[in-house]
Amino acid sequence: MQHNIYIYIAVMFLVTYAIRVIPTTLIRKQIKSRFIQSFLYYVPFVTLAVMTFPAIIESAQSPISGLLALAVGIIAAYFDAGLLKVSIACCSAVFIWELFLSLP
Amino acid sequence: MSGLKLSEENSMSFFEGTRNGFPIGLGYFAVSFSLGIAAHKAGLSPFQAFLSSLLCSASAGQYAAYTLIDAMSSYAQVAVMTLIANARYMLMSCAMSQRMSPKTGILHRLAMSFAITDELFAINISRPGYLDPYYCYGAVLTSVPLWAIGTLFGAIAGNVMPIRLVSALSVALYGMFLAVIIPPAKKSRVILSVILVSFASSFISSYAPMLSGISSGTRTIILTVTISALAALFFPVKNEQKEENT
Repeated sequence: MQHNIYIYIAVMFLVTYAIRVIPTTLIRKQIKSRFIQSFLYYVPFVTLAVMTFPAIIESAQSPISGLLALAVGIIAAYFDAGLLKVSIACCSAVFIWELFLSLP
Repeated sequence: MSGLKLSEENSMSFFEGTRNGFPIGLGYFAVSFSLGIAAHKAGLSPFQAFLSSLLCSASAGQYAAYTLIDAMSSYAQVAVMTLIANARYMLMSCAMSQRMSPKTGILHRLAMSFAITDELFAINISRPGYLDPYYCYGAVLTSVPLWAIGTLFGAIAGNVMPIRLVSALSVALYGMFLAVIIPPAKKSRVILSVILVSFASSFISSYAPMLSGISSGTRTIILTVTISALAALFFPVKNEQKEENT
C-alpha cells in the first residue's frame, strides 16, 4: 500500500500537539486516578528502555560497538552527565572503537 | 487574554527565555543530527525531516514514527505509536496546567503547549510562580529551530558522510534516552526494575522465533502498555515521588 509522507507527518504533528495541548487547555483540576497517574509516570521509562535495547546494538557497524555505547552511556548517565554529554560519550566510544577495528 | 501587547516586563521575560533556551538549542542541534539520519533511512527528504522536527520536536516520538514509516506501517499505527512514545508530554502538560494563571487565556495556552519537551518543560516549571508565556516563547524560539536545523543537516549529510562517522552518530539518540532514564533509576529500585524488565522483554521479543515477526513499533507499543500498566498496578506512585522525578 502506498503511503504519503506528508500525511504521516500530519498524523505525527496532530497527535503530538493534541497530547500537549489537551491537558493545558482542559484540565483545571488535579488528576485523581492513582492508576492513571502511575501509568503515565512509568510510560517514559518503559518506552525509552524498550527503544534503546537491543536497538542500540544493531545501530552501529558491529554489535560490540553497540554494546560499548550502551555501557558507556549507562556509566555517563549514572554520573548525571546530562543529555548532550552522554550522547557525545556514546558516539566517541563507537568512533574510537571502530577506528581501532579499522572498519570502513 | 491579558498582555497581547508587549510590555516592558513581558519583553524582559522573553529575552530571559531566549538566553536560557539557547544552550538547550545547542544540545538539540547535536542530538537531532542523528534523528535526521534516521529520517533519511526511513525515506524522508531533508525538507520532510526538517518539517517533522519543527512541528513535533519530540525525539523519541519522532524516532518511533520514523521506524514505522520505514516499515510502511498504517497511519493508525503511526498515530498510536506517537501517542505512546509521547505520553510523558501529557504528564508534563498536566503538570503545567496546574501552574497556569487563571488569567492565562486560551491563545497563550495553545501556544505554550506547542513545544513541551523534556528540557523546555524543566526550565519553565523550575521558575517560581505562575508560568510566564513570554519566557516560554523566548526559550522555544532559540531551541526548537535548532532542533529542526540539526535534523535537516543530519538528513542531508547522513548519506555523504563516511560510514564510520554515521555509525558513531547513530548512537547519539540512544545516549540521550539513557541520560533520561538512568539517573532516576539510581534513586528508585522500582524504576530500576522497570528498566531492566523492559530491556529483557524487548530483547527476548526481538529474537524469539514467534514474536520477532511483529514490527518493532508494534512491539514497543505492546511492551510499553503492558509493563507500565503492571508497574502502575503493583507499584502505584505516591504524589511526592512523582514530583521528585518529573
